[in-house]
Amino acid sequence: MAAQRAPRTNNEADQPSSPVLQFGPDKPLKLDAGTVLSPFQVAYQTYGALNDARSNAILVCHALTGDQHVASTNPVTGKPGWWEVLIGPGRIIDTSRFFVICANVIGGCLGSTGPASTDPATGRPYGLDLPIITIRDMVRAQLMLVDHFGIEKLFCVLGGSMGGMQVLQWAASYPERVFSALPIATGARHSSQNIAFHEVGRQAVMADPDWHGGKYLDFGRRPEKGLAVARMAAHITYLSEAALHRKFGRNLQDREALTFGFDADFQIESYLRHQGMTFVDRFDANSYLYLTRAMDYFDLAADHGGRLADAFAGTKTRFCLVSFTSDWLFPTEESRSIVHALNAAGASVSFVEIETDRGHDAFLLDEPELFAAINGFIASAARARGLSL
Amino acid sequence: MSVNRAQRVDLEVINDLIPSHSRVLDVGSGDGLLLELLQEIKQVDGRGLELSQRGVNECVARGLSVVQGDADKDLEFYPDKGFDFVVLSQTLQATRNPKLVLDELLRIGNRAIVSFPNFGHWRVRFSLLIKGRMPVTKDLPYSWYDTPNIHFCTIRDFVNLCEELGATVEKATALDANGQKIGLSMPWWFWNFFGQQAVFLLKR
Repeated sequence: MAAQRAPRTNNEADQPSSPVLQFGPDKPLKLDAGTVLSPFQVAYQTYGALNDARSNAILVCHALTGDQHVASTNPVTGKPGWWEVLIGPGRIIDTSRFFVICANVIGGCLGSTGPASTDPATGRPYGLDLPIITIRDMVRAQLMLVDHFGIEKLFCVLGGSMGGMQVLQWAASYPERVFSALPIATGARHSSQNIAFHEVGRQAVMADPDWHGGKYLDFGRRPEKGLAVARMAAHITYLSEAALHRKFGRNLQDREALTFGFDADFQIESYLRHQGMTFVDRFDANSYLYLTRAMDYFDLAADHGGRLADAFAGTKTRFCLVSFTSDWLFPTEESRSIVHALNAAGASVSFVEIETDRGHDAFLLDEPELFAAINGFIASAARARGLSL
Repeated sequence: MSVNRAQRVDLEVINDLIPSHSRVLDVGSGDGLLLELLQEIKQVDGRGLELSQRGVNECVARGLSVVQGDADKDLEFYPDKGFDFVVLSQTLQATRNPKLVLDELLRIGNRAIVSFPNFGHWRVRFSLLIKGRMPVTKDLPYSWYDTPNIHFCTIRDFVNLCEELGATVEKATALDANGQKIGLSMPWWFWNFFGQQAVFLLKR
């Protein structure tokens, strides 16, 4: 697999190719860290048109390394939007019916304020001077974007993994603003094992001399090796043992025999190196630190006295949860505990576990059973909301 | 699960017991046939719990609120009296702990509706008595070694269990092999002999 190097574009952080909403000093973003972010900006994409009743809006929340380019060509990689299999004209989430919004998260690196953005106080990138961002902070910023569109109630909020955490946070923080919620392959908290993997990734970034204590952009450098290792390790957790074996086995990469050296003899090594290399071209290392931290800090039950059901008390939101049998990052049990909490809260909830060997990343792939579940859930929610088909 | 005429009647009987706009939990909702029926005819606020992944996926794809779960394990997570009716249709005999499940149904619902195949039906008795074989009939199509039905009971057995759990039988219906209701005037032994399946409305 040859690495195709995309052009380096750092200015996506300050001047993204997508629309941007700027919030001045009069509209600060309150952060869980106890401080405020101001001024700040949110970069977003929309697809389709908002109807007159403003009742057909769907907010898509992206995962750790995702971005707002959910259903259109990514300006950095030139690849299709990350969820184009699901979202677009005539797709399951049909943009000729729905108004789809996707915003880059706060702490991200594609236009919403994050560590690579210029700190107006210094004229230099924030780096580690950016306060720690939480999932709830991201959702607060998204709410301000939704308010900007004059949308009283989102028809649906959906997302997978870190996106699913945001969906749960939306439902817990602003239940009256969410008609239906579709958290996929996610959890109400980050497990110890997940925090452990993230810590390995962060340590890899920080161990790279080019990281410069987080000030690498000031030095015109980037901790590419560290970030690539972080991505390689993380990427393993997105797949499954069975899928790796099916795709790569012990196959050798462009050679007939072992070389008795440390080249990428095996296809899996070559594949992971490619994943690491292409990732550093599109992602900011400090952003990776901030966003992994946001996921680690997420614990919805802890925010509600340790009882997850209390996070959803009295909710009228319709929920559908989806997990995948081979997902060992967010195993089915994580979804099931959310379902139990929602049952205890008397919420309307569906829960589908999908049989696949493709691991955590299955939510991004063409999975017919996933699409059937989303389709059924969206269609029945649309009927309940009085949206014409 | 194939649906023959007698099974449809069982769903119709259940449907008749549930007033419009009730909150209903269907435990063991299968492919969602009953929930869909109740939503269409009675506009109920319906939820389901189903063990098989295939059943759940089918239900959700049809727009029903169904979660994947196990009646033996997951009922404890539902709040007391969270539903007007909890329905257990043709599932009791497949649970590991029918007594506990029935107890949970009575806790979660203001009323519980339970339907089950009657193991006291004359065909069953005939098969055991004359042939000396475990019965394999149209309604009980499995062989003893591959059946999911591990806790069969007769109508009399069930009535006894209800008494033990302090549940009142508000209404009971037995259906014969043709799906016809057996007359209310008939004594219990008659029901137990000719009823192929039974539907109970319970309250505690």
